[in-house]
Amino acid sequence: MEILVAIKQVPDTDKVRMDPVTGTMVREGVDTIVNPLDLYAIELAIRLKEQHGGKVTAFTMGPPAADKALKEAIAMGCDAGVLVTDRAFSGSDTWATSYALSRAVAKMGRYDLILAGERATDGDTGQVGPCLAAWLDIPVLTYVGSLESADGGSIVARRLVEEGYQRVRAKMPCLLTVVKEVANPRLPTLRGKKFARQTALAVYGAGDLDADPACLGLKGSPTKVSKIFYPKVTRGGAMVKALDEAGTENAVDELVAFLEARDLIARDVIAREEIAGEGAQR
Amino acid sequence: MNEVWTIAEQSGGALKAVSFELLARGRQLADKLGVKLASVVLADSISDEALRELIERGADEVLCVEHPALAGFVCETFAKALVALARERTPQVVLAAATSSGRTLMPHIAVTLHAGLTADCTELDIEEGTGLLLQTRPAIGGNIMATIKTPDHKPQMSTVRPKASRPLDRDACRTGSIERIALDPAFVERRVEVLGLERDVEGFENLEEAQVVVAGGRGLKKAENFKLVRELADALGGAVGASREAVDRGWTSYPHQVGLSGKTISPRLYVCAGVSGAIQHLAGIKTAETIVSINSDPEAGIHKLADFAVVGDLFEILPRLTKRIAERRAGVAEGACK
Repeated sequence: MEILVAIKQVPDTDKVRMDPVTGTMVREGVDTIVNPLDLYAIELAIRLKEQHGGKVTAFTMGPPAADKALKEAIAMGCDAGVLVTDRAFSGSDTWATSYALSRAVAKMGRYDLILAGERATDGDTGQVGPCLAAWLDIPVLTYVGSLESADGGSIVARRLVEEGYQRVRAKMPCLLTVVKEVANPRLPTLRGKKFARQTALAVYGAGDLDADPACLGLKGSPTKVSKIFYPKVTRGGAMVKALDEAGTENAVDELVAFLEARDLIARDVIAREEIAGEGAQR
Repeated sequence: MNEVWTIAEQSGGALKAVSFELLARGRQLADKLGVKLASVVLADSISDEALRELIERGADEVLCVEHPALAGFVCETFAKALVALARERTPQVVLAAATSSGRTLMPHIAVTLHAGLTADCTELDIEEGTGLLLQTRPAIGGNIMATIKTPDHKPQMSTVRPKASRPLDRDACRTGSIERIALDPAFVERRVEVLGLERDVEGFENLEEAQVVVAGGRGLKKAENFKLVRELADALGGAVGASREAVDRGWTSYPHQVGLSGKTISPRLYVCAGVSGAIQHLAGIKTAETIVSINSDPEAGIHKLADFAVVGDLFEILPRLTKRIAERRAGVAEGACK
């Protein structure tokens, strides 16, 4: 089975800034990691390879330093890595990113499955996966929590949706975005790290892709960031201390009064009838 | 003038609450623009009576695409149906819910329509002068807010988190049209087959649609103590959430997990006990209407985000709180006349 894993390098801290002029993220000077949700996709890919044979190729779009993320994926057990990098891609929104990635996939050749994390922890849109599938015209299954089977040219997956799990069969090739419960990621081994160091990555620039330059980067992006601001994180709410018996009684009194004042207990706030279907039932 | 659209969601012919929340948002935008508001429904079968509620809650027209193949969500079929309708009627704004289906469908159609799409918007407005949609969303775990617009592409599309706005009250006097549209059978995706929807799965929790969520974290110390959280949730009639630590320790299952690698929720009330408030957790609850934190550490990050913070021992506080709330609700039920 030929598996491609779309990954993203993301900042490791909350100290990320955005450039107020271009409205894009400043990634320099911040430690980077593989997007934590992509680790589940990498793990699933490696397990599928272990069961069915084949090859796993991790690919990413990013600055040249994103090679570190690909090396980490290889150290975990992927066989190869493709870095899609070019100044022409900078400032891409999800539309332009997915377009460039789709052209990179076209260049990579035949595949059965594309896996990705449900979203990345920096942009947090979850859009690139479904967008990529649309470009490639292959079925997309998002929020995949487990795979029941992956053979005979199709996969059966369980999608974690609001009401429960949707069981779906899809013909391969197809694209899956996965959530945490799909697999517990392994750590890279020493042997894996050595293999990663020895493995040369393929690097695709804009000129290597059969892509319309007008659809790349900031100018190819339909959405434009017009303003960035830093929200107030604290709410400055009341704080009561419950450090002894009397304090605890008092705290519970005050909390109950607070909830009542906000009408969160007295009425049936749950208003289950208002929510259609059985979705709200526990 | 080009309309504003909202994409309604339904299950088994019953509209979901988020459909009406979207209309409240859409109504505001349509009024500012001076255009009609349409609600688009994709369903296998749905009654006029159900659709009528969309009009009573803000829509000027309802466009309902019906076909048996729309019984369960299949992205490609839904996308083709919507793309065809959008190409024909050219709405200027399309809003959908940031749900498992909305967040799958909208990116897919954005590619095909060559449209801009902004995820998880918390505020929507119309820019003076240009009439462009201003879409504000949190990024990087909610540490940054970005206002985004799409100047040169139509439609301008957004997903909006469920529960981030209240539905308009029903107004039986409102009038509007209901139009039923057959699905072109060629749009039915043959490569994907829905095998079923498993409800009431053990360990599953519907956090996204719950009005009240009570969550527990590492401070609960061991699996047995998680029942303290469940009991308070039961008393409040809410759902049970958990921090990543609690899930990783096996105290409860992943569908309960709140935060960046779990679910992002906006309940009316979020109560958490023994949760320290790592930024990844806070990112999942920032849009909750009221946050109550119970943690023995006065410096815990969660207290800063809380509307009401209790510094103390959760093992002392939770049982008392549960008892008091259960008594209140019982008292209210007895006193109420329905």
